[in-house]
Amino acid sequence: MAPRIGVFICRCGINIAAYVDVPKVVEYAKTLPGVAYAEENMYTCSSDGLNKIKEAIKKHNLDRVVVASCTPRTHEPLFQATCEEAGVNKYLFEMANIRDQCSWVHMREPEKATKKAKDLIRMAVAKAALLEPDDEPEIDVIPSTLVIGGGVSGMRAALSVADQGFDVTIVEKEPALGGKLRGFDSLFPHKQKASEVLEPLIEKVTTHPRIRVLTESRLKSVYGFIGNFDIGVETGKGVETLKVGTIIVAVGAEVLKPRGLYLYGEDPRVVTQSELEQLLHTGSVNAEKIVMIQCSGSRSAERPYCSRICCNEAVKNALNVTEKGKEVYILYRDLQTYGIHYSRLEQEAKRKGIRFLKYQADKPPTITAEPNGLKVSVYSPTVNETVEVTANMLVLSTPLVPVSDAKELSQMLKVPLDSNGFFMEAHVKLRPIDFATDGIFVCGTAHSPKDIGESVAQALGVASRASIPMAKKRVRTAAIMSQVDQTRCSGCGTCIDVCPYNALRKNEKGLAETIAAVCKGCGVCGATCPEKAITMHHFTDEQIQAQGLAALEED
Amino acid sequence: MSTFEPNIVGFLCNWCSYAGADLAGVSRIQYPTNMRVIKVMCSGRVEPGMVLELLEAGADGVMVTGCHIGDCHYISGNLHTKRKFALLQRLLAKTGLEPQRIRLEWNSAAEGQRFANLVKEFTEQVRAVGPTPLKAPTPDAAKLLNTRAALAAADGFRLRALVGKEEKLVTEGNVYGDKVAQDEFTEAMDEAVETEFQVHRIHIMLQERPRSVKDMAKQLGLQPKAVLGYVVALRQRGWVDVKEAVEGTPLYAAQ
Ligand code: SF4
Ligand code: SF4
Repeated sequence: MAPRIGVFICRCGINIAAYVDVPKVVEYAKTLPGVAYAEENMYTCSSDGLNKIKEAIKKHNLDRVVVASCTPRTHEPLFQATCEEAGVNKYLFEMANIRDQCSWVHMREPEKATKKAKDLIRMAVAKAALLEPDDEPEIDVIPSTLVIGGGVSGMRAALSVADQGFDVTIVEKEPALGGKLRGFDSLFPHKQKASEVLEPLIEKVTTHPRIRVLTESRLKSVYGFIGNFDIGVETGKGVETLKVGTIIVAVGAEVLKPRGLYLYGEDPRVVTQSELEQLLHTGSVNAEKIVMIQCSGSRSAERPYCSRICCNEAVKNALNVTEKGKEVYILYRDLQTYGIHYSRLEQEAKRKGIRFLKYQADKPPTITAEPNGLKVSVYSPTVNETVEVTANMLVLSTPLVPVSDAKELSQMLKVPLDSNGFFMEAHVKLRPIDFATDGIFVCGTAHSPKDIGESVAQALGVASRASIPMAKKRVRTAAIMSQVDQTRCSGCGTCIDVCPYNALRKNEKGLAETIAAVCKGCGVCGATCPEKAITMHHFTDEQIQAQGLAALEED
Repeated sequence: MSTFEPNIVGFLCNWCSYAGADLAGVSRIQYPTNMRVIKVMCSGRVEPGMVLELLEAGADGVMVTGCHIGDCHYISGNLHTKRKFALLQRLLAKTGLEPQRIRLEWNSAAEGQRFANLVKEFTEQVRAVGPTPLKAPTPDAAKLLNTRAALAAADGFRLRALVGKEEKLVTEGNVYGDKVAQDEFTEAMDEAVETEFQVHRIHIMLQERPRSVKDMAKQLGLQPKAVLGYVVALRQRGWVDVKEAVEGTPLYAAQ
């Protein structure tokens, strides 16, 4: 049966209509093969516009819909839902982006923009004619969560999930819970003792009836997908298998120990900020004059990022030691004591006589070990001369760096790391604690350096994100996925090698098959299969070809 | 005289480059209107054959864009794009079409300006090499044959199998744990590309009408011995056979 395509062309107020001749494009759309109906709308995404789509589907008996408007990245779900309401499967919908990728970028060339809009619609119509309805697989969700990492983020997330009535297993590689916080003395900005925060939390976690803690344990393997993950954990007693519905990554970060930098590792009087914390904790800071160097190993070519917490940590520790009557210099590049609390701490530090000295990245301080102290010389751009201070202790504010097994974990979980090696969210603004892989979430310093308050906020966020599919009990996954034609597959296994998600396996006949709920629909397997045995739903060879050839036609 | 306006098709991955193109729009960064976009989920979906098909159909240029290496939404999809694009470049070199007609670039969701620059640069690059010689109704017959042969080679089992196994062979090794050095692999690939290209050229010629080895050697500018070798390979695949013998010279035809 010939397709009956409806084309809805949006004026987007003046956003499109001021640069693209919309009425002309509508007339053109009506001439395209397969198009049964075309109209323009002031705002297709308004409730009025959406109703018009539904009415036209009924009135003109449309079986496919093309909307030419803004970007599918924001509006496709809305239009798809409208189609479904009118009885047209959501996979029979296609968009042409004539705003973000046409009218807005060709504002000075209305004629060419109009031509391009026609071309883009012709391409969308060509693809729409070949679209096929698809059902989204629906699967059960195991009501249990795995939390990787038993630091403050992991524990807070675990408690919140468990309080919602779901089982939680925490896997911690160290012998005890607590993470980095165990090494801290006091916490900024309110100088509360770290143990006062940590101990009650550990107590709650270990006594919660729904939480299991596996210490000295490591993740060995991860298979499966949202709702049904199979986890292998190596504990002291061997490998234990877990079945969970969702996963929270809360592995934290490590503190850089910059061997060789500013005599660190060569002179015992040079320590990191976190080692100073430990000395403060045990009450054994034996130095009268202390120099701190900010950005030690960060904001450099190797580690271009700001570690976010070190300026605040330095100011806090400086205040602590000043209270004990010591003299402190902080050498900084840019002091990043952001926000309400930390800027107050900075003012307090200045009031209490802590000396702040700016240095330049291209002229870092030089350190000479002398019997009576460490001579620190630094060029100060503010006074335009080299300042010398002889200190008894040098404290390096080093950045948080990704945990050493981050890469291994990311490969096991099939989630990405950013260019610095931290775990990377699906979208900075729209999905800041989700991974692109459904059912896996990230919180705390595993994601990027951040303080405890920020980590806990994220931990509570992921706990709620991870609980949603478990509370719903069932989830749907997108139908954009691969399908192996068993009559063409030779069983060569190439697709299995290239799939980044282990979403293909061999069946009992030795032929490949897709695990629907795991496949993310990237299409790499389809593009690779030597036998061309794989069809990519919603992005078939034929659909892509039709779109491409339509692009080259003349209107 | 009006300037030549190239017809360009761009494959954009959904997560990075398409988002970068949207950002260029939101930021109202102006760029030339020549490129028509096909959205794919991952640049790794783009097959060399898809690009060659568009060139054959008269595209003046084709650009493929994906997420930066290491930032792929699908973890490693763009590594496959890179390898597939390298194969595409090799095949394109055989056709006689200018290498400037294709381009692979990485563009993140945050790089709106960069996206606009890329379209501008690529449009200029294609404008500089001029209209495609393959445009109907008067395509350059030799280059058209070459492009069709390259397309058939790209879609054929051997090259697809090789490029599909490349990542694994050079990083992990085969089932026996033997790792292949990248340059060894490249050499094997060069050989395979040449063979497949020639085999498909001959196959396409024989689909048109029966010919003798000598006749084909002359037209293709190859040694008769080499052509005979390819014909033997084609016979083994069951794609061609002897049709008749004219004055003792066998004429071959496609099956
Ligand atoms: S790559 Fe193709 S032929 Fe090989 S196992 Fe996968 S589906 Fe089958
Ligand atoms: S489409 Fe991508 S995720 Fe799905 S099976 Fe193929 S390679 Fe794996």
